[in-house]
Amino acid sequence: MTSASTNDIEFRSVTKNYGAVTAVTDINLTVPKGAFLALLGPSGCGKTTCLRMIGGFEQPSEGTVLIDGREMNGIPAYRRPVNMVFQHYALFPHFDVEQNVAYGLKQMRPKLPSAEISRRVAEALEMVRLGGFAKRRIHEMSGGQQQRVALARAIVNRPSVLLLDEPLAALDKKLRSAMQIELQTLQRELGITFVLVTHDQEEALSMADVVCVMSAGRIRQLGSPQEVYDRPADLFVADFVGKTNRIDATLEAGGITLRLRNGSAIPAANRAVASGDAIVAIRPEAIRLTRAATADLASFQGTVTHRIFLGSSAEYAVSVPGLGDFLVTADRRGLADSELVEPGEAVFLGFDPKAAHIFPASSAA
Amino acid sequence: MRALITAVYLFLYAPIALVVLFSFNSGRSASEFVGFSTQWYAKALSNTFLMDALQNSLVIAFTSAVLAAVFGTMAALGMERLGGRMRAVFDGLFAAAIVVPGVVIGIATLVALVQVFGFLNPLLAAAWPGEQPPKLSLGFGSIIAAHGLFSMALVTMIVKARIASLGRDIVEASNDLYATPLTTFREIVLPQIMPSILAGFLLAFTFSFDDFIIAFFVAGSNTTLPIYVFASIRRGVTPEINAIATMVLVASLCMILIARFLMREKKTNN
Repeated sequence: MTSASTNDIEFRSVTKNYGAVTAVTDINLTVPKGAFLALLGPSGCGKTTCLRMIGGFEQPSEGTVLIDGREMNGIPAYRRPVNMVFQHYALFPHFDVEQNVAYGLKQMRPKLPSAEISRRVAEALEMVRLGGFAKRRIHEMSGGQQQRVALARAIVNRPSVLLLDEPLAALDKKLRSAMQIELQTLQRELGITFVLVTHDQEEALSMADVVCVMSAGRIRQLGSPQEVYDRPADLFVADFVGKTNRIDATLEAGGITLRLRNGSAIPAANRAVASGDAIVAIRPEAIRLTRAATADLASFQGTVTHRIFLGSSAEYAVSVPGLGDFLVTADRRGLADSELVEPGEAVFLGFDPKAAHIFPASSAA
Repeated sequence: MRALITAVYLFLYAPIALVVLFSFNSGRSASEFVGFSTQWYAKALSNTFLMDALQNSLVIAFTSAVLAAVFGTMAALGMERLGGRMRAVFDGLFAAAIVVPGVVIGIATLVALVQVFGFLNPLLAAAWPGEQPPKLSLGFGSIIAAHGLFSMALVTMIVKARIASLGRDIVEASNDLYATPLTTFREIVLPQIMPSILAGFLLAFTFSFDDFIIAFFVAGSNTTLPIYVFASIRRGVTPEINAIATMVLVASLCMILIARFLMREKKTNN
């Protein structure tokens, strides 16, 4: 494969309208070769539209999509070096497994020798661990197996880019986590670029090495899973990726101090705003929950109202006078007496102000 | 309640059962069963007028059903691409075509054909280089056209339902796997909708084969099987007519059963 570019996919100022409705607005995005990109966002955020524009099922209203350095405007899906795993698999019901997987290879021009086709089909089926299933009918396969057939049918063509449209949404939880690991392994083995569309932040964070968080047709943040989780660009990202506590506050003394609604003041770090009303975002696991007062710079007293036991950890809802409800995730080792705190108990919450992110109050949705 | 249901079914099927029964009557009477015999079948099958009419009916039914299947499928595929209001309009037009009474279709088609022939025949005569210009007239062609048009709406409705249940997914998947639109149609869409096209064909065939009203208006001097039966009844009901009716009944039932079988929803384990 000769490559004209080090980037497999590039969006240049791409906008897509459906009549009066704008699906995505001015998307600029570069995906380097061999990356595993996740387009993450709530339904209707435009992530699927972006995927479909790469696949060639939609054409941008404005701007250009490039694949492997080549402009793709006007090029139909069947002439693009990409393959897609559809959300509902879209397997051909009148073909058996082997015929489904061989379909793309049979369309290639110049024609491939049939010996090569059967060799590559067998190889692809082996790769998704469906070695003995070549002659099975599609309706005889379970959901998880159909998923693998769809995967084999796409990767057998050795595309530059593999598109995955919510590929795990229809699987049960256990199968889903097994497939997450498999997809990641497969991507490393094949070395081709994967673009995954998902609304499940856990899926995006666990599989992708680049996460693109989208909302209302725009990119909100592009970065590694750690970056997106630890340093959210705005309140939307902080809320959508992982869980977040929001605290209303005001920036004082030229932005050095945060004055909280209960009157206490804490130092302001990680500011995305200089002054005025602000919202402090803090992760549930960044908050310490103890029975005795802590030495943290930010420390409050409150009452546990609910507890959700999760096995290795527990989530607490803690009501703090003047500040509202907090969600706290406590590792079981984090408690001094390694016992769970009961609802109704008075506790202390403390966090390092450096773990908090401060956003302008106007950005609250 | 049970008595009522029994009465309804009795009214529906008893006359048909009688027709079948008396077709095996060894006597001439249509009201008194004398004994079992298949002589009326033999007589019907050796009646050349009847056999000519049957042959006409078969040719007309087959040709109009083929035309209906081809154009009906094309219409269904084309309508799939229509959006919003246009689609609703065409859906309505097709549905309307099916509920229009046969008498109305018959008269309307007759009037339209006569007008068209009246316009075309002088032109044809003027443009024809030879001595004997061909003259368009009512006959085989007009029955085929009238039946084909009507049953095209039937085929379109049936095929359209199948296409709708197919979903765009597998078409896109085929495009995604480098298949051109033509290959996608041949390899993916056609095999999936073929049973519904065949079902539409069989229903169209049955409709044309059984139709009397429309054919009666546009047949000209030609005779189809239903027209022959109608004409011979005026000379009295004979067991021969019963035998014909029974054969038509069995053939039609078979066709419709096959069509129903082809249209059944396939089980999927999704």
